[in-house]
This record gives sequence, structure tokens and C-alpha cells, in this order.
Amino acid sequence: MKLHNKDNFSRRNFLKTSALAGGGLLIGFNFLTACKPEATMPVDVTSLNFNDFNAFIRISDEGYVTIFSPNPEIGQGVKTAMPMIIAEELDANWNKVRVEQGALDTKKFTRQVAGGSQSIRQGWDALRQTGATARQMLLNAAATKWNVDVSTLKTSKGIITNANGDEFNYGDVVKEAALLEVPEDVKLKETKDFTIIGKDAINVDIDKIITGKPLFGLDYKADNMMIASVLRPPAFGQKLVDFDDTKAKAVNGVVDVLKFGDKIAVLANSTWSAMKGKKALSANWKSEKPESTKNHDEILTNILDGKKFNTRREDGNVKKAFTDADKVIERTYHAPFLPHNCLEPMNFYADVTADKVHLVGPIQTPQWTVNRVAQLLNRKPETIHCEMTRMGGGFGRRLYGDFALEAAEISDITKQPIKVVFSREDDMTAGTYRPASKYRIKASLKSGKVSGYYLKEAAINGNMYGAITNFFPAGCIPNYKVDTESHASNITTGAWRAPYTNFLAFAEQTFFDELANELGVDTIQLRLDLLQNVKNTTDEKIEYSGQRMEDTIKLVREKANWGNTKEGIYQGFAAYYSHNTHVAEIADISLKDEYPIIEKVTVAVDCGILVNPTGAKNQVEGGVLDGIGHAMYADFSFKDGKPEHKNFDTYRLIRMQEAPKVEVYFVENDKKPTGLGEPGLPPAGGAIANAINAALGQRLYSQPFVKELKKNTVLG
Amino acid sequence: MPNYTLNINGTNQSVTTDEDTPLLWVLRDELNLVGTKFGCGIAQCGACTVHLDGTAVRSCQMKVSLLDDVKITTIEGLSEDGKHPVQEAWKEIDVPQCGYCQSGQIMTASAFLNENSNPSEEKIREAMHGNICRCASYNRIEKAVKIAAEKM
Ligand code: FES
Ligand code: FES
Repeated sequence: MKLHNKDNFSRRNFLKTSALAGGGLLIGFNFLTACKPEATMPVDVTSLNFNDFNAFIRISDEGYVTIFSPNPEIGQGVKTAMPMIIAEELDANWNKVRVEQGALDTKKFTRQVAGGSQSIRQGWDALRQTGATARQMLLNAAATKWNVDVSTLKTSKGIITNANGDEFNYGDVVKEAALLEVPEDVKLKETKDFTIIGKDAINVDIDKIITGKPLFGLDYKADNMMIASVLRPPAFGQKLVDFDDTKAKAVNGVVDVLKFGDKIAVLANSTWSAMKGKKALSANWKSEKPESTKNHDEILTNILDGKKFNTRREDGNVKKAFTDADKVIERTYHAPFLPHNCLEPMNFYADVTADKVHLVGPIQTPQWTVNRVAQLLNRKPETIHCEMTRMGGGFGRRLYGDFALEAAEISDITKQPIKVVFSREDDMTAGTYRPASKYRIKASLKSGKVSGYYLKEAAINGNMYGAITNFFPAGCIPNYKVDTESHASNITTGAWRAPYTNFLAFAEQTFFDELANELGVDTIQLRLDLLQNVKNTTDEKIEYSGQRMEDTIKLVREKANWGNTKEGIYQGFAAYYSHNTHVAEIADISLKDEYPIIEKVTVAVDCGILVNPTGAKNQVEGGVLDGIGHAMYADFSFKDGKPEHKNFDTYRLIRMQEAPKVEVYFVENDKKPTGLGEPGLPPAGGAIANAINAALGQRLYSQPFVKELKKNTVLG
Repeated sequence: MPNYTLNINGTNQSVTTDEDTPLLWVLRDELNLVGTKFGCGIAQCGACTVHLDGTAVRSCQMKVSLLDDVKITTIEGLSEDGKHPVQEAWKEIDVPQCGYCQSGQIMTASAFLNENSNPSEEKIREAMHGNICRCASYNRIEKAVKIAAEKM
């Protein structure tokens, strides 16, 4: 999460090559660490070994380039962007580049986790270096073949040209290249010479998606596979007492019913039979410490009212700032639990046999899952092979391999290949939820300035990670303090798209809007003034850049015509830094019978070099709409440990008619690419809350907004 | 278990299954047509959309026993080569994010455009409102439907 990370990438021996049995050159590479001396290259692509290498590039005799990468795709476009970076430095013809998802059973892949928007940022240098080294090998081979000095040769789109204008296709020299030493010092392209990076490339799986080809975990099938539908404790904290499976076993297609832990699995030869069988089970449960949303409300409020906190950052003296203030403002913000609701429900395939385990499915953390399955079944990790499928959404939910562990455990009992399939109800009620939280923010105003700022966080099962305490406004306000405390609950919680900041950004950005009103200054100007204080900071811990944030804010201000909109349009502004990306958003809303209609959101983003502009824009658009949808509508609660919402009839997601137009603009610069999966989301809630206030004079302090608006009778 | 003959993508297919099995699971589990997706099972998300005699319906709600006289079209049979104007527009705009909802979106859009050759923006938004995209690719879906309308 650090901005000042060191590039510990070593070029030495990170790459090995071999000639393929069927023709062509295979390059295996391993960034971050050197390849093991004993690591051997396969001679055909059916046995790629991702234990010793992160990924492979094959260049065929015809010059086609195939990149075998085990990196999972959850809709972040990484599967397209990573190969673009390699192909750029290789100077390949992008139309001749194909990407294949490799199975992964490695400990070494730098970024096996498709979460945290980090894939591209972490792979950037290494992927470029790999492509450039491969290109140099081909050049060296061509120079030997022509018997000329390598410096006289040029490449473009997969063609090598010499001074006489003779040409080799990359495929023409692969045989020779496979015999040469791997060059040590290669030159990277200047960013201005990029021909693939920065150009639009469409999703590599597009044809399969639009024709309905099998791609996702739920589509995966194997011989003799059974479907398992699992009955889990209906409330958190419950234990299974006993159950009756007579009716379940009478359902056509149900083969077996078995208990594991406090759960019951119904195995059937079709999904429908398994689901029907599960519904026919009856079970008795006993509750231990059931928690309800009402308790959480009290518990979190008590934390905020109390004195027990961990201080996470402290500058100056907030206490004194409050005593000396002209005015002190304090507000409290509340966020509910949220389920992830990936549209593809959780599912996983496992085949546990005497000597090995085969796992297949949509997972963001294959390595962690392999290790946990190894521990659960008392196996060696090397005997477990995990294949990743495309994922129908992630949002953090597929970081947790609970469903894979269930599959492994059931298959271990039955010694049969099985696939656990969640219904939507299972998915929504057996979640790893975004924890409920409350923030209380207090600021002091002195001589027209914000002189002190004190933020308290009370959250379920843990608190914000350290870096967040160094986001805006850290470094901008002389007296500044962040305190946190949490309540341990038996409700499972976890990362949810842009953890913590998905709500914190709303709280802070709407708080600053209120401060600007109080001070009688333009809300954007207030942010810009504050940012001046952090521009020359020597504080190494500060995560964001004052200058980049300022440029981003100015871009959105210009593009959205801030302050100069049409009659009847009300604007709201928010800016936030997360996952190394600076984002500023302005929401335009209108009123229809006193009801706020979100018309448009203008977004400015600084994510460094744009690898794939289309992909980047898509990511940001989705993040903004996701942020709006959850801030406006998403409500989730528990009663006696039981989730009160189970499906989309009572849990509301944003739909087409509620989705405003999103216009995205990028700040152009030469900086390393940064994350895009998350950063569009956090500012969205703040921008619309501030616009709603501009239109209705109504401040919002908790999500979902529709609930608060109703409570305050704006919506009648 | 009873036997049913279904006309799917122009061919008759025979399946043996319980009478209450939804078409969705017949397609996915029995016939290996997995392009039709499961999202909610209660007619809320549209991921399972197919055409019955050209009309978009939710296959999770269609019992197999009631489908003997209809022509069923799934995403796999929408076009022979993936070149239906809606599919082409989807590719041109690069609509999908994770992609999971998209076959349902495409089936809803194609049935809608068959009936409405030159739809307004408002009509498009209304027609697509029933299909959830959790990745919120709504802006691009709207654009792609517009482009498809021109191509059709
Ligand atoms: S699965 Fe049929 S509408 Fe959701
Ligand atoms: S693209 Fe992911 S649900 Fe629509």
C-alpha cells in the first residue's frame, strides 16, 4: 500500500528459454526472484510449470505470441492489460498476441491476488523488462543470422528490419534465439514511443462472453461430478443440534446427505435436485450470542462515546485546537453491513483422491486457498492443484476461500468430485460482509481556517489499515488525530471493494462540504487551500501527493463546469485518494417532485500511465456507479444473528434507470500505472450526498441515503 | 421421471427430468448450454434470460413441463457466428466487465430491438431496467443497444 515502495526487481536470471518440441520459442519468467538454478523449462506447453515461473511467452514459427498467465480475472481487465505491457516492450503485433489462462499451483506468482487494484502497479517494471529481454534475444538472433551489428537492427510490430531493408518475422528467428544466452542489460522504451500501451484494447474474452461459452466457475464440469447444496447455520453463532433428511433423500436426483461440522451437504446429480433436497431438510440449531443490528448500533455508539481507543496518527495538539477554536463542529456517520453480491454466486469444484487434490473455480487467492486446504485435509501443498476460472465479479468476496474449503471437505468425505454451488440466498446470508462502522469527526475552525481535526472510528471486527490514516487530510491540518476501536462479532466480515474507504470517503468528504458552508468558502477552494500545506511535506508516511490531487481536482472542476451549470442542476463535489490513485468527482442532480435524480457524474482520475484506456474507463465507470448504488440503496441488517435480506427482491442494487451518465477524464502523466478497480468508488457517495444537500438543504449522515431521505420526509 | 421434448435453437432435444425443473437448469445441467446464467432464481436479475418464441423471459421461472409448444432461443443460438447486431455492438463498445450478466443483457436487448426498431433513450433504459449488472456496466449497455438498433 506504500507509495514509496522500493523496486527490488532484479534482472539477473529471471528468465529462461527453451525450444518447443513442435517448433517455436518458449520463454519462462519469474519476476521478483531469480529462477531457481534447477528450474527446467518444459518442451511442450501442456506441461507449463508455474511453480518455478510466473508466466510464459511462446513465440511460434509463424510469429504468433501467446502469453500464458495464471493471473485471475475478476472483471478488472488485468488479463488484458498485463499482456499489453509485455507486448509493448516485445514490440509485437498486438493482433498476433493471444492470452491463455494457465493453471496455478505456485508459491511464486507476485500477485496471485486480484484484489486491491495492485496487479498492474506491481507487475509494471517486471513485465516491461520481460518483454524487452525477449525482444533483445530475437534481435541478437537476427544479428547472428544476418551477420551484422545488432545496433543496426530495428523492430516494429513483430518484424525485424536491417539496414538494407531485409525483414525477419519474429517467428523466423525463434529457433536461433532459443540457443542464445539471455541478455542482461536491455533498454526499455521511452513512454512516448509506446504503440500498444495507451491504445484501446478490448477484453480478451469478449467473443466467449457474447456467445455464452463456458468461462466461469459455475460453468465448469467434470466427469462424475456431483452438485453439493449446503445448509449452513441460518444465524451467525448457531450450532447444529440434529437434523432429519428423510424428505431430502426422497427428492429425485439426490444421492446422499452428509453432515460436516455444523453444516449439512445435499449431494445430487443436478443443481436443481441439490437445491430442492436442501429445502427439504429440517434441522434444529442452538444459538450462542446472537447479535442484531440494534445491538451493533448501541455498541458502536458506546465505543465512540467512550475513552478506549488506539491512536493511529497524531499531529500537533487537537485538544488545544478545540479549546482555542472560534467554532467546533462534530458529526457522526453510520455505515451498515454490506454483502458483496457477486452476480455469479460462490461455487467451487474439488476432487480429493488418495494422493492428490484438484480444485477449480473462481478465487482471488489461490495460493492461500491451497495452503488452507492442505491444512484442513492434512496434505502437502504440492499435491494440491488449483485452477482458476473467470470470475463473475469479486469485490473482495472471492478473497475468502470458505466455499473452496467446503468443497474440499465434502469431496474428502465422499471421495468423489463435487462442486459446491451457492444459491443467491446462500450467497447473501453466508457472506463475509463489509463491517458496519461509525465515524465521528470533530473539527475546529479558527480565523477562517480548519485548525484541528479529530476522527474516531468504531467498527466491527477490526479497524482501518495503517495507510489510510495518512490519506487526505493528514498533513493538511496542523492538529490532527485518528483514533480507532473495534468490536469483535461472530458475524463474518471481510474486505469489500475499497475496504474502509468505501464509506470513510463519504463521511470525510461530506464533512468537509459542511465545513466549507460553515466557513462560507467554495467547497473546492477549501480542499485546494488545504492541499497547499501538504505539497512540500517531508513526512514519509503521507500516502498521497498534494500536487497530483490538486491537478485532479482542477481537471474535474473544469470538465464539470463547476458553478456554471444549467438551471435546476445541483452539484456536489468529492475527492479521494485510494489504492495509489487520485480521484475527484462532481455529481449533477436534478429534482423531480422533490426526489433527487442523479443526472451525471464527472470524474477526473490520476492513475499514472494509462495502459488500456477503454479498460480504465470501464473500471472507473463501474466503480462510480457501484459507489452510488450502495450509498443510495444498499441496506443490510441482522436480527438475532440472522440476515434480514436474502435475495434481490428485498436487497436493492442499482439498475439501469437509476444509473447516471459517467464521464471520465484522465490526468496525463508519465507516472507508473496505479490501481483502478477500487478508486472510482469511494468519492461517489460523498459527491452525491453533497449534491443532494445543494438541492434539498438536507445533510446525509448514514447509508443508504434513500432510507434517511424517507425518514426525514423529503420523499414523503 | 417424465420425458420432455424441447425445441432449442432450432433442434429438438429430449430430456428426462422432474416436471418442476426450471428451464434454466435443464439448459445448464442437462444440455450443457451454460451461456444462460443463474443469478437469483427468483426472476429479479435477468441473468437467465432466453427467448420463448422471440419474447424475452426468465428461464429460472419456466417449468420444463410447460414448454412443449414453443421455440426456445438461448445465447448460444442467437446467431450462428456470434455476429448478431447486438453481439457486434457489445463487442464494439466492449461492454462486459466481469461478463457474467451479459448473455442475459444481450438476450433482453435483442428481443426488445426486434419489437422496437428505433427506440428512444428512455425506452432503452426502461427495457434494460430488469437486468442487473453488478459491475454496473449500464452506460455501455445503453450505448451498445443504441448502436445495435442502428445495425438492425
Ligand atoms: S436467475 Fe432468473 S432472474 Fe435471476
Ligand atoms: S459485467 Fe459483471 S455483472 Fe455485468
